[in-house]
Amino acid sequence: MNRHLLSAADLDRDDALLVLDTAAELASLTDRAVKKLPTLRGRTVVNLFFEDSTRTRISFEAAAKRLSADVINFSAKGSSVSKGESLKDTALTLEAMGADAVVIRHHASGAPHRLAHSGWIQGSVVNAGDGTHEHPTQSLLDAFTMRRHLAGGKGDLEGRRITIVGDVLHSRVARSNVLLLATLGAEVTLVAPPTLLPVGVETWPCATSYDLDSALKDADAVMMLRVQRERMNASFFPSAREYSRRYGLDARRMALLPDHAIVMHPGPMNRGMEIAAEVADADRSVIVEQVSNGVSVRMAVLYLLLGGAQLGSPLDPSSQLETAEA
Amino acid sequence: MPDTYVIRGAKVLGGEARDLVLRDGVIAEITASGAASTEGADVVDAAGLIALPGLVDLHTHLREPGREDAETVETGSRAAAAGGFTAVFAMANTDPVADTAGVVEQVLHLGRAAGYVDVQPVGAVTVGLKGQALAELGAMADSAARVRVFSDDGKCVHDAVLMRRALEYVKAFDGVIAQHSQEPRLTEDAQMNEGSLSGVLGLRGWPAVAEEAIVARDVLLAEHVGSRLHVCHLSTAGSVEIVRWAKSRGIDVTAEVTPHHLLLTEELVRSYDPVYKVNPPLRSERDVMALREALADGTIDIVATDHAPHPVEDKDCEWADAAMGMVGLETAVGVVAQAMVETGLLDWAGVAERMSAAPARIGRLAGHGRPLEAGEPANLVLVDPSRETTVAPSELHSRSRNTPYAGLTLPASVVATFLRGRPTLLDGTVRSASHEGVSA
Repeated sequence: MNRHLLSAADLDRDDALLVLDTAAELASLTDRAVKKLPTLRGRTVVNLFFEDSTRTRISFEAAAKRLSADVINFSAKGSSVSKGESLKDTALTLEAMGADAVVIRHHASGAPHRLAHSGWIQGSVVNAGDGTHEHPTQSLLDAFTMRRHLAGGKGDLEGRRITIVGDVLHSRVARSNVLLLATLGAEVTLVAPPTLLPVGVETWPCATSYDLDSALKDADAVMMLRVQRERMNASFFPSAREYSRRYGLDARRMALLPDHAIVMHPGPMNRGMEIAAEVADADRSVIVEQVSNGVSVRMAVLYLLLGGAQLGSPLDPSSQLETAEA
Repeated sequence: MPDTYVIRGAKVLGGEARDLVLRDGVIAEITASGAASTEGADVVDAAGLIALPGLVDLHTHLREPGREDAETVETGSRAAAAGGFTAVFAMANTDPVADTAGVVEQVLHLGRAAGYVDVQPVGAVTVGLKGQALAELGAMADSAARVRVFSDDGKCVHDAVLMRRALEYVKAFDGVIAQHSQEPRLTEDAQMNEGSLSGVLGLRGWPAVAEEAIVARDVLLAEHVGSRLHVCHLSTAGSVEIVRWAKSRGIDVTAEVTPHHLLLTEELVRSYDPVYKVNPPLRSERDVMALREALADGTIDIVATDHAPHPVEDKDCEWADAAMGMVGLETAVGVVAQAMVETGLLDWAGVAERMSAAPARIGRLAGHGRPLEAGEPANLVLVDPSRETTVAPSELHSRSRNTPYAGLTLPASVVATFLRGRPTLLDGTVRSASHEGVSA
């Protein structure tokens, strides 16, 4: 694995499986009464959030704390960033404080890449969502969730059919998912109105469709993306109601899915827009489980990027758990 | 300091070796190599070097007045001399905007005081570059700066009526409208070329059609009103096709391409390093090849640098927050040598036409872009076609360092520049031609 996780494309099949397998082991361990492992004791993880994101920040914070790392939360609001301090100066400050890893969420596509490659900091950089570019840990937790329900919790996703619906153009979740799911052998279909598919999408490792109904019949999982109502004002679609009618997942459409198919959403949801409340709360909805899997996956990422063990060596957290209890 | 220079054995436009005698600001005589008398003259050994008429840049941002932290007329014209230029057209998007006779005359005087190149001001088309009302084009034309090129560069004159009026109005003094062709609504917050790569990188796209739609409209307007149009920094294969069609119809249109659009592609944006952020954006390999071919066949008339200096802090940041533009004066010859000469698309006479004669003609600039003949102004540059240079930002004469070529080795170097018979670059040193006795 690379020193950084900036894009789902940074992960080859072996890397991706290593993260998912590690996450599975960590999940089983943290199901126990003692949730905390000593693995990253004495290491410092900075959550550097230039954009509001309660759920992703809390998820990374919980992951780092369960590995006993020291966690510093740095959000743009109320910090020197809002006084005009540049990304560079912020990075130099974090470096001076001895950050071992920086988890960054930023409104500008490529900001994590800049942070990792500009020479400003030495530590690992984890992309927690950058602009309309990527969100690789979201795709890992999505793949982890799919693997649990569709592949017995192990191996890859060879041949599984995944339908991703919504605002692909502005979605970092869609970009990372297409890349990671293709790496894991899944067959992805993107469904959106033509205005919300990026130019050049035909070069992506997936299929595309403008018709949601036809993309549901064979799907093993359907992932609904958040669609911001503001897009309507930029004429990406005529009205929220028309969008919902053509591309929303309601009870009728859910009934088109095979029995085993799961419904996913990266959150936060617009109930009544891209997803009907009865679908969000249905038995086949795994939306809440995605959140809890997020912690395990982010633990695995931090462990593998920062852990003392050689990357790729067998993981043996149980011995570390004993140390923790000692 | 003698008033006479003998340039010994230079290949004029890459042809036969000749001696050129420069005296009293003109080329006094051209003789067979080794035949000129050197008595009382400074001799410049030019064996193996190519002599070209001094280069003329129709598109330079000198940033003064207003952004002297990025560049001044003095530092920018030093960079120009180092790059082999004897004249530059200073773009109007300064602060205050060069939209009055007063501002263009100020820039003219700053250029004369510096004395490295002739600084010819460009006037804004609209007041404050706001695209709403015509600036006093006639007053600028009649001023001491004798403005003939008008441009809102950095912004497109997108209102069709205003563009039509501007094209019509400048006919009274043989002016030209140099258009920054960018449909504004199609490029709101645009960050890079729109294509499959912009989709992957998650950066807002700047589609080729936003340039081509304006170029197409403007050539038709120029035809309708019978005026002169110049297309700034043409960057797409589609724009080439439109200009080719317009010229075949006899429309009076000229076009420029920047060195960076001849050499670099959007692939560099993968690094998210804003040194590659420029407007119009770096395009695809297919566009680059079309631009080279068009420059070779004359569809594109000239190379212009769009030298756009920016201070470090405006580039050392996130891509979306970074300023657009690259410095280019000091690397133009090397880049054109690599993209056009090494590839066999142009010979050095062709380079002279596209970097000196044609830009001077389009800008109606007297005394530049003239043939290298006895009696002509002694504005010339000596190029070593086989001396490689590795670009080092710290060695640039510009106040800014935002070159996209850092570490790149280019195949040719500028060795000497003469402005009206006086060296502005010689022995590796840039010097002003306006002061006597400035020593290396």
